[in-house]
Amino acid sequence: MKVLIIGSGPILIGQAAEFDYAGTQACRALREEGIETVLVNSNPATIMTDPGVADVTYLEPLTVEVLERVIARERPSGLLATLGGQTGLNLAVALAESGVLERYGVRLLGTPLSAIQQAEDREAFKQLLLSIGEPVPESATAHSTEEALAFADRIGYPLVVRPAFTLGGTGGGVAGDPEELAVRVGRGVAASPIGQVLVERSLAGWKEIEYEVMRDSADTCITVCNMENLDPMGVHTGDSIVVAPSQTLTDKEYQMLRSAALRIIRALGIEGGCNVQFALHPDRAPTDDPDAQVPYFVIEVNPRVSRSSALASKATGYPIARVAAKIAIGKRLDEIPNAVTKKTTAAFEPALDYVVVKIPRWPFDKFAAADRSLGTQMKATGEVMAIDRSFEAALQKALRSLEVKGQGLLWEAPSWVSSADPTEFIDKFLSGAPTDDRLWRLFAALRRGAPVDAIHDRTRIDRWFLRKIARIVRFAEDELQGRTPTPALLRTAKRLGFSDADIATLTGMLSEDVRRLRTQWGIRPVYKMVDTCAAEFEAVTPYFYSTYEQENEAAPLPGPKAVILGSGPIRIGQGIEFDCCCVQSAGALRDRGIAPIMVNSNPETVSTDFDASARLYFDPLDEESIAAVLENEGTPVPVLAQFGGQTALNLADRIAAMGGEIAGTSADAIALAEDRRRFHDFADALGIPQPPGGTAESPAEALGVAKKVGYPVLVRPSYVLGGRGMEIAYGPDDLARYFRSALEAGTGRVLVDKYLRGKEVELDAVSDGRDTLVAGIMEHIERAGVHSGDSYAVYPAQNLLPAERDEIVELTRRIAAALPVKGLLNIQFIVESGRVWVLEVNPRASRTVPFLTKVTGVPLVSLAVAVALGSTLADQGYARDDGLWPEGSLVALKAPVFSMAKLLDVDTYLGPEMKSTGEVMGVDRTFAPALWKALVAAGLAPARSGKVLVTVADKDKAEVVPIIEGFHWLGYEIVATAGTAALVRSVGLRPRCSPWRSCSTSTRISDRR
Amino acid sequence: MSRAAVLGLEDGSTWWGEAFGDGSPATGEVVFNTAMTGYQEIASDASYNGQIVVLTYPLIGNYGTFDRAAESRRPWVEALLVRELVSTCREGTIDLDAYLRSYGVPGLAGIDTRALVRRLRARGTLRGAILQVPPHRSQDPDIAREAVAKAQASAPLAAKPLVVEATGLARQTGSGPKVALLDTGVKENQVRCLVRRGATVKIFPATSTARDILSWSPDGIVISNGPGDPAAIPQIAATTRTLLDAAAARGTSRPLPILGICLGHQLVARAIGASTSRLPFGHHGANHPVQDLRTGKVAITSQNHEFQVDESSIPRDSGFRVSSRNLNDGSVEGLVHDRLPIRTFQYHPEGAPGPHDNEPVFDAFMDDVRDAVARK
Repeated sequence: MKVLIIGSGPILIGQAAEFDYAGTQACRALREEGIETVLVNSNPATIMTDPGVADVTYLEPLTVEVLERVIARERPSGLLATLGGQTGLNLAVALAESGVLERYGVRLLGTPLSAIQQAEDREAFKQLLLSIGEPVPESATAHSTEEALAFADRIGYPLVVRPAFTLGGTGGGVAGDPEELAVRVGRGVAASPIGQVLVERSLAGWKEIEYEVMRDSADTCITVCNMENLDPMGVHTGDSIVVAPSQTLTDKEYQMLRSAALRIIRALGIEGGCNVQFALHPDRAPTDDPDAQVPYFVIEVNPRVSRSSALASKATGYPIARVAAKIAIGKRLDEIPNAVTKKTTAAFEPALDYVVVKIPRWPFDKFAAADRSLGTQMKATGEVMAIDRSFEAALQKALRSLEVKGQGLLWEAPSWVSSADPTEFIDKFLSGAPTDDRLWRLFAALRRGAPVDAIHDRTRIDRWFLRKIARIVRFAEDELQGRTPTPALLRTAKRLGFSDADIATLTGMLSEDVRRLRTQWGIRPVYKMVDTCAAEFEAVTPYFYSTYEQENEAAPLPGPKAVILGSGPIRIGQGIEFDCCCVQSAGALRDRGIAPIMVNSNPETVSTDFDASARLYFDPLDEESIAAVLENEGTPVPVLAQFGGQTALNLADRIAAMGGEIAGTSADAIALAEDRRRFHDFADALGIPQPPGGTAESPAEALGVAKKVGYPVLVRPSYVLGGRGMEIAYGPDDLARYFRSALEAGTGRVLVDKYLRGKEVELDAVSDGRDTLVAGIMEHIERAGVHSGDSYAVYPAQNLLPAERDEIVELTRRIAAALPVKGLLNIQFIVESGRVWVLEVNPRASRTVPFLTKVTGVPLVSLAVAVALGSTLADQGYARDDGLWPEGSLVALKAPVFSMAKLLDVDTYLGPEMKSTGEVMGVDRTFAPALWKALVAAGLAPARSGKVLVTVADKDKAEVVPIIEGFHWLGYEIVATAGTAALVRSVGLRPRCSPWRSCSTSTRISDRR
Repeated sequence: MSRAAVLGLEDGSTWWGEAFGDGSPATGEVVFNTAMTGYQEIASDASYNGQIVVLTYPLIGNYGTFDRAAESRRPWVEALLVRELVSTCREGTIDLDAYLRSYGVPGLAGIDTRALVRRLRARGTLRGAILQVPPHRSQDPDIAREAVAKAQASAPLAAKPLVVEATGLARQTGSGPKVALLDTGVKENQVRCLVRRGATVKIFPATSTARDILSWSPDGIVISNGPGDPAAIPQIAATTRTLLDAAAARGTSRPLPILGICLGHQLVARAIGASTSRLPFGHHGANHPVQDLRTGKVAITSQNHEFQVDESSIPRDSGFRVSSRNLNDGSVEGLVHDRLPIRTFQYHPEGAPGPHDNEPVFDAFMDDVRDAVARK
């Protein structure tokens, strides 16, 4: 039997790493059963597309045409559609409806097409629910504003608008009046691929509860887990703080909703996993009437594996995607072994003996100007999860895991400080739409003494959660603030989840002192197992979380072992690529007979699958928690910090400082490469050419440097993560403005470099300190200045002269040997008029490692692991005299993918700040078809004819002419704004003038489509 | 902390924490329940009479207590052990602490409940004793030793009149076909499930004789759940035997449907000559998978029992066969008579706490009862 699995494509807001996790589990689950798997996905930065996961992998665009060709070639007998997110599901429906499946005799496995269609078509779904007596909020589908307004006349406001068939509710929102409704409906209809929106009664303020349900072909149904959103209805569940299991539901309510979820999965006839969301009346007092029910409504059903199911899998240890894949090929739940206990089966419901808190990670640190309010449109790029034995501790650990710099429990926005009065604070900061920083607003309000009831009245957040949060704040203010720690106080604080850093701030100590006191008093965390059964059965899962309790269940792992630092939540600039590298490094360690120990806090990923490593610590990636893990593992354990992106790298020097052993490139070499000023001096001494420039601590100094090297200049903080805070200044005004905002953000020293307009080139290499192997050189299509993560990159570089290439390899070898690098190395260069300049050196796995590994076949991560643990490239058979891996016959394009449609008020202009959320790959034998595939995969396939709108700034006009001419000769009609039109006319073409002005601030062109 | 408390187990281990509920000491068998909701239903389940219950879910008390969640007239647990006691913020509810206090039931909070559960899993059910002291005597080794000694000296379950304590007064509720319910510690939701399906339920105290029950001329009989070892109550097994004989005498032409739940299931098994034995640490939770041997379908069930029916001891000529098994350990979960409408279940079809999935058990029973009425 051969089965086709459709992946979910690039990472977008609303569709992230969880589907790599699901797809990888599915491939493995099917191969275990002796089934041949064929996988199609356009995203190279995934574990599922790694060799050995599926039997055959196609890195191709996810379109009906491509899939049909794959089906025609592979002739699979079945299609697994429910594990590739909404993308996979939509494609499966399209393949079925277009007759492709029938034509090639492909059976849709698991959940039948009718169930998918019924769950996805809102009207059909509503009718089904009504037929089984499940309550649904009054609603109507609308294809136009008029239809929506007519419905509103009957039902009243507020109403919620949801577009059909979209990810993360793109284009939805709440409307309080006819004007808002018209806007929302207009946007929603445009966003929906079928031009349809659902308008329904708003249940804002009700509790939002989710159930993860499984059903097999024998009609056995179970619920894996329920989850309660801390944020009441109105905030997309992907943007909500979510707690598992539910905390405020009585057994009656829990069972009422559970039964409803089971009735729904049965009525739909789903075979696999399903997610059901409910709204539950928030404050109904219990009555004596045995038949009384608390009112509820069914809000949404996802007939597939989802973000919530990934969270539920990690929260419970129950591998939903794996089990769903087995069900799809006809296994019954009681025939699937429970991988956790190895004694029981998948036909049971997990019992949790801990609390799980998920907090989303939003991209607003990158998009300061964006609309930060939360509603029905999901905006988060990733999430963190924390497990502990109390809600307070789980919440505080999740906060630590978010890695928002400086944003601990005590953080306050500058604008809040002047509102010291609790009532005023609530009025000003907790009365509008919820925002991404609402948790800190709650802390701040409680710190000012605001009563729980007053906050509840405005936010509708359940009093239970508010009381728990208040307990954290009160303990900080009343017990810790200004006190001298005692053993009892410290122990209580740790049991409530206070970090050493927060305790230190509150008590006026250093966090090292707090740790020393803890060690002295024997207050250290123990590790408990996530075992699906609340310890009822002996389990074999190596899945642990830290807590301050009595018994430690994680005795040091025997034998050789190494700790891998994960990459934390998915955010712009640090995506799934790093998780991919972490998982590969675990495999490489295993191959070498070393037990991999993973530390990570991201529930969406493959790395936090309990069988991805020999042991998983689901804990924050910070100094305190890594120190505790290392202490728990006893003997000195090598720590691999080069795969988990900047998160892991930032921990390297602190681990080294506390006596830990960083395997591979030393903490000092890392610090040298990271500190741009130090690196500048180092490179100068080595004679490595860098763009001319200097450092500045004041605007005057900066202006001086800029004047010396000439504008434009690239300005950036001297020690930064992922392009944060970079800008190009074209003149003194730009520079002065940059400096003002940099000082506000507390950036400190700033680097001012000449901005070179050359070709940007990037490479990934591995070095043992002596030999260096460059796996491949990629050329960016955009010129320098656009962040490398946002650039199209082509491998092999298409426009390098042999001398330039040799120079690049030579510079790489010199840098690697001098730092020295023992492991991975990523360097960005600028090539301008025959000269090569080094722009940036990252002594770690980069975003392009999975891409380059896939196209060149050089096992970069595996080599880096070998080298880090003392082997050499020569030993591994990868030392080459020329230092460059030979190019093959393929050309590969990496294309960035953006989620701009999800975020309002974000400038889509690309610059040195990264904005993309994901990437796709296009591979072919030559450049043009590879680029075409990459464009198609990125959802940007250009129309083969039609109009092209051109509008460019004056400084770029000279360069745009050949591009315009190109479009003209391809037969496109040119439409241009006034200034650009004049330019187009000057080269002899006749553009159509657009009716709007390009510089208009009130109208975005996209709104006038 | 207002009071400290220590749990001493018969194996010598001691567990210090904070006391809540009533200030009295307690002794009993220590068992654990893995349900994540329904602490009040658990506490008020009379099957726990004689037992100290550890709740594995760490936050207990979240939504308070209220009349509708009480499964009997009072809490029956000897004591409740929790990781963290949480007070309610729901209108119309009473704190768990106050509820337990008003019935004289003590509690112990703040202990590593998971460590305790792992110990019980490894060593089997253990006897325990809880002693309370003022906070300044917390961690006093003398007190801890005293608790252990008390645990070791405490009487086993079988020596206590648990069912007699738990059974309620005679009463009658509902309207429709007559269902006699032998109350060996019934959970109120069984009564509700029957009444909701149109039964008149007359509750007979556990001390009632078969003649008392049969002379009411019921259309069906339910033998309820209850506490303790079924082997310790031979007189109720004898009553059950007489009821089974009456059903057998009526045969299929004038059938007398019988439904046994939990202890009721064990009593039926003993009445037909089968034996019962102790499970290592019992089944207590709301997530136990039970497979129907005829359909292969698995049901998630609510369970609360220490004892099981020994499958091999079921007499071949009894007319009974095993209808379902526990998917985790293969233990007997149900018996069915091959001719007569007699069905028994080890699990709790009424849930409370736990899934509603098995309420069809009551539908089937009431169908049998209506059928019996129709043939009168």
